[in-house]
Amino acid sequence: MELADLAAIAEKERAARPPVEVRCCTAAGCASAQADKVLDGLKKAAADAGLDGKVRAVSVGCLRLCSRGPLVQVDPDGTLYANVTPEAAPSVIAGLAGGPVAAERLDPAGPFFAGQASVVLENSGRVEPERVESYIAADGYKALYKAVREMTPAEVVEAVTRSGLRGRGGAGYPTGVKWATVAKNPGDRKYVVCNADEGDPGAFMNRSVLESDPHKVLEGMAIAGYAVGANQGYVYVRGEYPLAIDRLTTAIKQAGKLGLLGTHVFGTPFDFRVDIRIGAGAFVCGEETALMASIMGGRGTPTPRPPYPAEKGLWGMPTLLNNVETFANVPRIIRDGPEWFAGIGTEKSKGTKVFCLTGKVANTGLVEVPLGTPLRTIVEGIGGGAQGGAIKAVQTGGPSGGCIPAELLDTPVDYESLGKIGSIMGSGGMIVMDGASDMVDVARYFMEFCMDESCGKCVPCRAGTVQLHRLLTRIVDGAAGPDDMARLESLCHMVKDTSLCGLGQTAPNPTLSTLRYFRKEYEAKLRTDRRVHLPVYTPTVNGTPARRTP
Amino acid sequence: MPTAPPAAEARPVPHPSGDKRFKLLEVAMKKHQFRPDALIEVLHAAQQLFGYLELDLLLFVARHLKLPPSRVYGVATFYHFFALKPRGRHTCVVCTGTACYVKGADGLLAALRREAGVGPGETTPDDNLSVLTARCIGACGIAPAVVLDGTVKGHVTADALAAEMKGWVPGGTG
Ligand SMILES: Cc1cc2nc3c(=O)[nH]c(=O)nc-3n(C[C@H](O)[C@H](O)[C@H](O)COP(=O)(O)O)c2cc1C
Ligand code: SF4
Ligand code: FES
Repeated sequence: MELADLAAIAEKERAARPPVEVRCCTAAGCASAQADKVLDGLKKAAADAGLDGKVRAVSVGCLRLCSRGPLVQVDPDGTLYANVTPEAAPSVIAGLAGGPVAAERLDPAGPFFAGQASVVLENSGRVEPERVESYIAADGYKALYKAVREMTPAEVVEAVTRSGLRGRGGAGYPTGVKWATVAKNPGDRKYVVCNADEGDPGAFMNRSVLESDPHKVLEGMAIAGYAVGANQGYVYVRGEYPLAIDRLTTAIKQAGKLGLLGTHVFGTPFDFRVDIRIGAGAFVCGEETALMASIMGGRGTPTPRPPYPAEKGLWGMPTLLNNVETFANVPRIIRDGPEWFAGIGTEKSKGTKVFCLTGKVANTGLVEVPLGTPLRTIVEGIGGGAQGGAIKAVQTGGPSGGCIPAELLDTPVDYESLGKIGSIMGSGGMIVMDGASDMVDVARYFMEFCMDESCGKCVPCRAGTVQLHRLLTRIVDGAAGPDDMARLESLCHMVKDTSLCGLGQTAPNPTLSTLRYFRKEYEAKLRTDRRVHLPVYTPTVNGTPARRTP
Repeated sequence: MPTAPPAAEARPVPHPSGDKRFKLLEVAMKKHQFRPDALIEVLHAAQQLFGYLELDLLLFVARHLKLPPSRVYGVATFYHFFALKPRGRHTCVVCTGTACYVKGADGLLAALRREAGVGPGETTPDDNLSVLTARCIGACGIAPAVVLDGTVKGHVTADALAAEMKGWVPGGTG
């Protein structure tokens, strides 16, 4: 495969494209609203109307406004229809010639769409995820060519470092630094792992990317493999995402056939294979050491770091582990250059981030914005504000994150700003809550989640989350006194400070952040007729009380 | 902790029952060269073939992958996906992820208890229906979501779910 061959495939694909393309989202959200039948209806109607060669109905990935699916978009004029039923499909085709369409019409220039960016999702809803040719026609695999044929591995690492890209899996660790570490660590074999476990309940960004544009992730992984010197990649996908697994499997096969993956990528000595590992429903497997244990067929229990995966990962070898969205950013960085990427976002948080906007908000779905965009712009501008009442809080970061009160909606969404107000960026879940949500119950909900998902390896998390859940339940039930509040706070800090892995260390976050901003709701539920004083845990460092982050 | 993958040679010990599915499972294991680190893939395949993982089945897997039975049992019980008990003829998975929680997943569980008399993790006495919960199935955009026999349904109301259940739980239990 040469650049000319790639160009030939792209050219052939473009030449075969009819003047009008009717694109129907068939990703999981729309699929559950019968998108497959809508697509069949569109295809049949086009054939019946004798429009072969003029109009083509195709299956694409997410068109972002998931709550109003199935969504259908007409290219090139951009007309967008929502809630298209299989019965209404023929009218969409008839509508091309000016007939009435029996589906709701959306404004693609409306606030939900116009306020968004398109880097990670640039191909989502445009290319056909099940056809590699379609991705190639959208400049796919050019970045991989450029990397393996025109750049040294060190130059690739350097480019990723200069782009300022940070991990999109939650913690925001600089991606270039991680790549450089894996590249320099010696090992007979090295591995690249894509974390597609997406355990944060209320988030589906990674699923969408995999279902809408799987080749982009594979291309990113292959570039990473070249940069760090790995020949084997794994994508660890959660078992709850069967469609993503299917599309990824198809993509790997198709890329292999064209010599874009496998042995001698683009005719170079570089080999890169990708295999899929399917998760089996354990949140803790999103944690990197647990994930690797799971890939090796074991129980997904975390191990202490160091050693970090970059030193000793899969089978004791240096392993690069990144999130789906992190990899999806890589091809553009290589193709358009790190400076282009670094031009988006803020000083310390570069690029865009995909969020999954859900809960009590008018427009729910997938949202991509430059980092640093104020939270208000996302939930009120793009999201259209709360349905009915007013927004009370926005939850980010899932069970490891916090609840941001309405007063702080002007906070820019970047790693540091969210950290400062007691939440985290997380992987991209953004759940809007209105007055109907009881914040103590929200804290209890997340604690229950962590309690259920604790792997049980270390005591602070295994026993602590159970006790915290009990305390929160007592408060919700109105059976707790002020002493229970003191106990709750003290135990939160204990679990945070002493747990082995990120799950336990962050499990108290939703409780702590609701205590910080919605303390009155807790206090209103307390009984005042009981008062017992209990010893309170104070963390110490060499005998002096340690400084504690709020 | 698993070590480097050993090149285990095939060691076919057919299952005494003569059940064809064991043969298919052996084929699946062979595809992974009987590597112990393919345990999770093998258990996925086994559950797909048999519906759930019986102890006898776990022993069969342990022997073929040359793993101690404790290890196989430990892995099978660690992950929520693996069922060690048979499930009902129909399954209803209610998502209790955050987006669904905010949009009233509790109401759906209450409706199921009312209509079918069973809660999360339970199966009706006539084996018709198992109610399960999941922590986010990635359909948050259409919350609250349920999965009825493998088909995802979004924007579900308690009444709609109760109506669905009428066909599965004859007469209901009150
Ligand atoms: C309990 C727990 C769950 C996690 N779940 C995920 C996840 O679902 N997806 C993910 O990409 N990272 C998850 N992480 C973070 C990973 O451990 C890891 O930091 C990340 O995948 C690194 O990729 P990045 O640098 O590209 O962000 C989780 C961490 C913890 C502690
Ligand atoms: S903190 Fe929790 S999840 Fe992490 S190792 Fe300890 S028990 Fe397991
Ligand atoms: S929270 Fe229910 S599908 Fe995500």
